[in-house]
Amino acid sequence: MNLDLTYYWPFIKLGATDVWRHKTRSFLTMLGMVFGVGSVIAMLAVGEGASQQALESIKRLGSQNIMVSSVKPAASVSAGSTQATQMEVYGLLDEDNARIKETVPGVSDTVPARMVRRAARYNDRALDLRVVETVPAWFDVVKRPILAGRVLKDEDCTGRANVCVLTEFGVRNLLAGEKVVGQHIRLGSALFEVVGIVKNETGGSVRAPDSDADVYISMDAGRRIFGIASIRWVSGTRQGEKLELSEIIVRMKSTAVVEPGAKAIAAMLKHFHKKPDFKIDVPLSLLREAEKTKRTYNIVLGAIAGISLLVGGIGIMNIMLASVTERTKEIGIRRAIGARKSRIVVQFLINTCVLSITGGAVGVVVGVAIPFAITLFSGMPTLIRLYSMVLAFGISVGTGVVFGLYPALRAASLDPIEALRHE
Amino acid sequence: MARDDTSEVVRLEDVKRHYMVGGETVKALDGVSFTIGRGSYWAIMGPSGSGKSTLLNILGCLDRPTHGHYWLNGVDVAGMNDNQLSDHRLKNLGFVFQSFHLIPQLTVLENIEMPMFYLGVSPAERRRRARELAERVEMTHRLNHLPAELSGGQRQRVAVARALANDPAVLLADEPTGNLDSATSIQIMGLFQELYEQGKTVIVVTHEPDIDAYAKSHILVKDGLIKKIAN
Repeated sequence: MNLDLTYYWPFIKLGATDVWRHKTRSFLTMLGMVFGVGSVIAMLAVGEGASQQALESIKRLGSQNIMVSSVKPAASVSAGSTQATQMEVYGLLDEDNARIKETVPGVSDTVPARMVRRAARYNDRALDLRVVETVPAWFDVVKRPILAGRVLKDEDCTGRANVCVLTEFGVRNLLAGEKVVGQHIRLGSALFEVVGIVKNETGGSVRAPDSDADVYISMDAGRRIFGIASIRWVSGTRQGEKLELSEIIVRMKSTAVVEPGAKAIAAMLKHFHKKPDFKIDVPLSLLREAEKTKRTYNIVLGAIAGISLLVGGIGIMNIMLASVTERTKEIGIRRAIGARKSRIVVQFLINTCVLSITGGAVGVVVGVAIPFAITLFSGMPTLIRLYSMVLAFGISVGTGVVFGLYPALRAASLDPIEALRHE
Repeated sequence: MARDDTSEVVRLEDVKRHYMVGGETVKALDGVSFTIGRGSYWAIMGPSGSGKSTLLNILGCLDRPTHGHYWLNGVDVAGMNDNQLSDHRLKNLGFVFQSFHLIPQLTVLENIEMPMFYLGVSPAERRRRARELAERVEMTHRLNHLPAELSGGQRQRVAVARALANDPAVLLADEPTGNLDSATSIQIMGLFQELYEQGKTVIVVTHEPDIDAYAKSHILVKDGLIKKIAN
């Protein structure tokens, strides 16, 4: 193997001349490579864009967090009950929160929350909001930009003052441009002072702990004013439920202890809850899941790319076989002058590679242009990674070598005397 | 087996070349022996079908004898493998063909450079020597032209320059004037004469008595055998 470039240069030049001399033929041959390489880069970019979006929304949940939430057990609705009021008691308890905090190893903090939908009023405007009764630590775990004022403080929990934090959405729809911080709104029967506004994240494919229609109040205020029972009129009967906590966000010390922590929490809760009235979501597992999906996607993509490059490669091989026939005499001359067979192989391999690499280079341009166009016209996020271009380029060289080998060997195996006589 | 007799450049001993065609043996060459001295000028004559082309292929190391020995520049060619044979051609032989056999995609200069390229001569040295050779055949005005842009005589001059590029022990010409008019033929034969006078060994294979007349020694081949050797 000679690594001196000046050795290969005449062949590269010859290959390029050959490609140029048969412009139409070369162009048509290269189309296979162009589409093969182009589609690989474009599809990878679309896939990367989509998975990047999914991964980011999962990461927003916090990969160190475990989300424990209450679930209404379906079996507990006793059919044909004659009681006018059904009071259902289920879900996570304050004790669960305390137990998780104290007994599960690796827990750094827990954020309990109770969410109830209530009507919010300001003057004559009304808006259905999700009242999140929680602790100040919520805002450490669910990090959102503060637009005005402040978030909940420890004093809000012990004091008698009723304060709330609104979202940008709530402000726009309820207060509609009026002076916001310091304003009072009515939640249920009580008045709350708005002390701050946060910006909530909406969209994304994964359930986030917060929503735009949130209003945050301290847990103590919630208990003091609303209690833990809620009663609703549903088709003539009163339906009530008692729920201490809707959700506990458990923050672990590191991602390494997230999964064992989730297992320990599940085991502990199962012991104290006879009914299956809770569920555990681990964003880290979702993250793993998403990464696995991405891998599967990449394998499918690889298969498609492989097939298209195979088709492209066969096209190239076909044209190179024609080229060998066409250049039989040249091969004869070179052999007569004293070129070894291996020299002929190298020459034709380089010729094939010139063809496939040129096609690959055009394919890279196409593959970069397509995601740009997709993002421009559909707004779908795309992400072109350097590795996809390197990969595509490597594949076009590989295709050239693999599919050029047979024509090259055939060229070298020609008998010089016969080849010289060829017209 | 090597021979150190430096005065002879070609030596054939009972060379036979038999083919099997459809179960029958065709004796293209059936026991040929002769020697050619260094710096001599030979013509090999013979009608078509005489075994002349087979002899040329063997002399040119493109084919191997099925029997006997052929020493070119002191080395026995019989029993060489394909790579050894290629290397031997590259170092010792310069070919001039009837239909020139220049590579159409390469310029005059690149065609002349080609044997040196395979010999591993550096690009700068290749270029320098190719220009020198072009000068020797009076083709310096067409260095960057393609063969298709040249006349027959010019193409053959380029082919001669290419044949000299590796400074071969033997210049082997196969009907070098077969595709040229008589005026151009005289020019080309004059070029061979010049090379002979400069000390090159020249072997011309032809069926034309006019061309045969230029050589100093003659071999007549007929029916796979040598009929006459005249010095």
